[in-house]
Amino acid sequence: MGRLIDAGPDRLSRAMLGILASLIDGVLVGLVYGLAAMGLTLIWGVMDVINLTHGAMVVAGMMALYLLASALGISPYLTLPPVLIGGFFVGVALYWIAIHRMVGRPPLMSLLSTFAVNLILIGVGTAVWGTALFNVEVSLPGVSIGRYTFPGAHILAAVLAAVIAALLYVFLHNTRIGKAVRAVANNREAAELVGIPTTRLLAISVGMGVSLAGVSGMLIGTLFPFTILSGDGYQLKGFIVTVLGGFGNPVGALLGGVALGLLEGAVTPFVPVSWTLVIEFVLFVLVLIAFPGGIFASRRGAL
Amino acid sequence: MLRRPFFWIIALTIAVFVAAPAIGDDVEMRESLALAAVYITLASNLNLMLGYAGYINFGSIVFFGLGGYICIWLVSSYSWSLGASLVAAGIGVSALSLVFGFGILRLRGPFFALSTIGIVEGVQAFVENFTPWGGSSGIYISPQVFLPLGGSARALWIIYFLFVAVMGASLYLSYVIKTSKFGLGLLAIGQNEDAAAILGVPTPRYKALAYSASAFLPAIAGGLYFFKGAFIQPSDAFDLTLSTEAIVICMLGGQGTVTGVALGAYLYEELRGYLLTSSTFSNFQLVIAGVLLLLIVLFFPSGLMGFVYSRFPRLQRVLE
Amino acid sequence: MKRLCLLAAAAMLFAAPAFAQDNSSADTITVGFTDSQTGPLNVDSLGQQRGYEYWRDEVNAAGGIKVGDKKYTVKFVSYDDQSVGGRVQQLYTRLINQDHAQFLFSPYSSGLTAPAAVISEQYGKIMIDSGGAEEKPFELGNKYLFMVITSATHYMSGAVEALKEKNPHAKIAMVYSDDPFSKDVMKAAKEQAEAAGLQVVMDESYAPSTTDFGPIVNKIISSNADAFMGGGHYSDGATLARQMYDQRANMKWVSILVAPADDKFGELGPAALGVTVPSQWEVQVAYKPQFGPTTAEFATAFEAKFHAKADYHAASGYTSGTMLQHAIEQANSIDPEKVAAALNATDVTTFFGHVKFMTDPGHHGLQAAHEMVLAQWQKVNGKPGRQVVWPTAAQSAALIYPISASQ
Repeated sequence: MGRLIDAGPDRLSRAMLGILASLIDGVLVGLVYGLAAMGLTLIWGVMDVINLTHGAMVVAGMMALYLLASALGISPYLTLPPVLIGGFFVGVALYWIAIHRMVGRPPLMSLLSTFAVNLILIGVGTAVWGTALFNVEVSLPGVSIGRYTFPGAHILAAVLAAVIAALLYVFLHNTRIGKAVRAVANNREAAELVGIPTTRLLAISVGMGVSLAGVSGMLIGTLFPFTILSGDGYQLKGFIVTVLGGFGNPVGALLGGVALGLLEGAVTPFVPVSWTLVIEFVLFVLVLIAFPGGIFASRRGAL
Repeated sequence: MLRRPFFWIIALTIAVFVAAPAIGDDVEMRESLALAAVYITLASNLNLMLGYAGYINFGSIVFFGLGGYICIWLVSSYSWSLGASLVAAGIGVSALSLVFGFGILRLRGPFFALSTIGIVEGVQAFVENFTPWGGSSGIYISPQVFLPLGGSARALWIIYFLFVAVMGASLYLSYVIKTSKFGLGLLAIGQNEDAAAILGVPTPRYKALAYSASAFLPAIAGGLYFFKGAFIQPSDAFDLTLSTEAIVICMLGGQGTVTGVALGAYLYEELRGYLLTSSTFSNFQLVIAGVLLLLIVLFFPSGLMGFVYSRFPRLQRVLE
Repeated sequence: MKRLCLLAAAAMLFAAPAFAQDNSSADTITVGFTDSQTGPLNVDSLGQQRGYEYWRDEVNAAGGIKVGDKKYTVKFVSYDDQSVGGRVQQLYTRLINQDHAQFLFSPYSSGLTAPAAVISEQYGKIMIDSGGAEEKPFELGNKYLFMVITSATHYMSGAVEALKEKNPHAKIAMVYSDDPFSKDVMKAAKEQAEAAGLQVVMDESYAPSTTDFGPIVNKIISSNADAFMGGGHYSDGATLARQMYDQRANMKWVSILVAPADDKFGELGPAALGVTVPSQWEVQVAYKPQFGPTTAEFATAFEAKFHAKADYHAASGYTSGTMLQHAIEQANSIDPEKVAAALNATDVTTFFGHVKFMTDPGHHGLQAAHEMVLAQWQKVNGKPGRQVVWPTAAQSAALIYPISASQ
């Protein structure tokens, strides 16, 4: 920064603009991270399960985007509805295969079972598609401020993420099923006593969680190239966001995502880029230690 | 202790590991047994946290990797002997784990597990930036370091016997802890931590001790492993696959049992060796590991030994 | 029960060696290697593996390698290293001890070749390296390691020269992956650039797992650079190119490592145009070979066999084979010491270029003669394609500068 200040006000204001640009870009990307984490936090909130297949589901969304858009020629953003719906059914299947028997058992068991399914999915994915890079061409006019441009795809992805998050909120608070989901999250036994078909709702919740993961994958696919192995990185970011935003708190997840994006955008101008990951992980561990349920932790079970 | 048959079972195992490749100078067998010994070491030590105290450590590889780095760094930058470097690695990593543990051991269940992932990834990212340790390029040691050990061929044998020694120490450590008051306390923590605390088990101290103990031998094993490879880089040293496999092995063999974990490690290593070189299945190695884990978690949560004990309950008096 | 298992296991282990094949039969030479069939390196590794296989099939079709009055067929034993260093060492140990490989080829990438080389030296086996350009493994005192490709410190020298010619006042941003290969290349590139009088205004590395280069690109824009050099392997290089284009970084010069040398890079469309890449070999280079096929012959026959265009990984893999074969024939023996001596004395030109190895103990095996070319993505018949643009003696099209002129 020193050299920039010496060079006069013009260079300084340009540098400030650069930082601002990074921050704004961080918020845009952060909203998508937040969407990805919302799926994770929803499943956790409803049934105390940390879904370690999350990364694989994000990749599934990316692959769906690629296959539908590149192979069948459908416009990229039109793949959103099929991914949303398809993801739901995949999630329900995941529930019945790996989670149903784990409900009520120690959380470590579901951790391991979802972890195992993740190994299987990534293994099969790599066997079928290798680890080649997939890229989906998305060209939208961007918005420029001075020398810095915000790609149109980033803006649209952020907008869509926010819209879906809003829809989820409305669903959870204003529809019967949504309220039933929150009831189950709050107290499963009580919900059963009142006649709510809990098993079905747990399956629905996992379905929604996976659907969100898939959609976020699809949106990320419009921003960056990806491989089958990309899921792990986003899953890790998902954990960081969930920790920041609070387990079981979807709104917190969105805010946590924005926070992470801001962090990445804020750190990069000042620090050699290779330190960004170190800072993220240190923060992750510190936040976990200081706020074991996450910064905006809801009371247990309340969505 | 010397009266219990299990003590001698462990001794027999060590003897087999030493004698089998040495008679006949079978280098290929030595290499595969060396790997089995590493898996047994990692899994047995992981078991202290996972099987006894019920805490899943997804990032146990961090001990192995840091041990490797400390050993190689001392050997290459300060020309320390192998023995001294190994001891330093073990002590250093145990001490460091106390520091980590102080922070993360207050977390419960899944939060603890997630934090261990955070630690591994954070340490890896840090080491990639840490120039005294070579950053992302890693550290190479020159073949000259094998000369004091008598040349590379002889050195490979010495290193193998050290692996077996570390494996033996891990098995004995697991056994001794399990039959001690400390071990009883850990098992109580694994059953119900709050009840254990109320009943007088000093839970924070025991957890810290277990966590630190579970770091010592893997660190030495890591030092040996990377010394043998004459090369260490962050992506190999902190590869989460090895931690993952250690978890699968503990679950496969029967978490909380000494025999099960050792047996599970051996069987898994043989399976993996076969998969690795089979042209049909090498792509499916992780798939098979995943399927195994899923089946175990869903249907056989007590693993192999759980199954064995249910059929032959008398064996529980002999085996641990 | 445990004793039974132990005995059974011990029995299995004793029996196992009986199942290992003895491959050192009188008329075959066994060559061992690992490739990355899975894992992040598999796209690039495939080219190298095909190069190896193409050589083996060609040499066996001609009857084998001639030693004295005997002809040896070449047999491969290979395993998938899954792009993981730890596996590489286990597999090469197995190749040597169980499969009795007499000669070794390298895996793909510096990160995997370094650990493999430790094993080959421990057991005294010759290894020909076509996949790892990092120099450190060659500086530790080896006797049996030989690199056929240009080494890392020479990767960017052509790009630096070409840039200096077009713009002696260029301001370069160097942003590259934090892996041994890329760091080696760019460290040398920085020294060469500064020696040439060019200004390096940014010099940073990123974690290889980085996916979002947005903030980095903004930092590049803030640095006022007009030239970019860097990247790493395929996925980060491709993403960097795309994001610099999307965010309109308006670089006048872009050199990215490895990624643009792959045909897939063309799928980026307009983001690919103008990007230059240092390449070990392209289908347009026209060295006159002292033996073996010409560039055109190799490229056509390769494409016919594999239904994929030959890239420099394939050409270098093939050259590993031909250099080994040449040395065996010159030494008239398969004894490692004699073949190593013949390799030390090698000084030939094939379609791949001029190949000669350094022999001083401090740098043994490093490539002394082969040179990189610089390729650039340009519009060829309306579609993106690569042209060789540097050195001018070898070019198939003129270098376009600034790169915006290539759109």
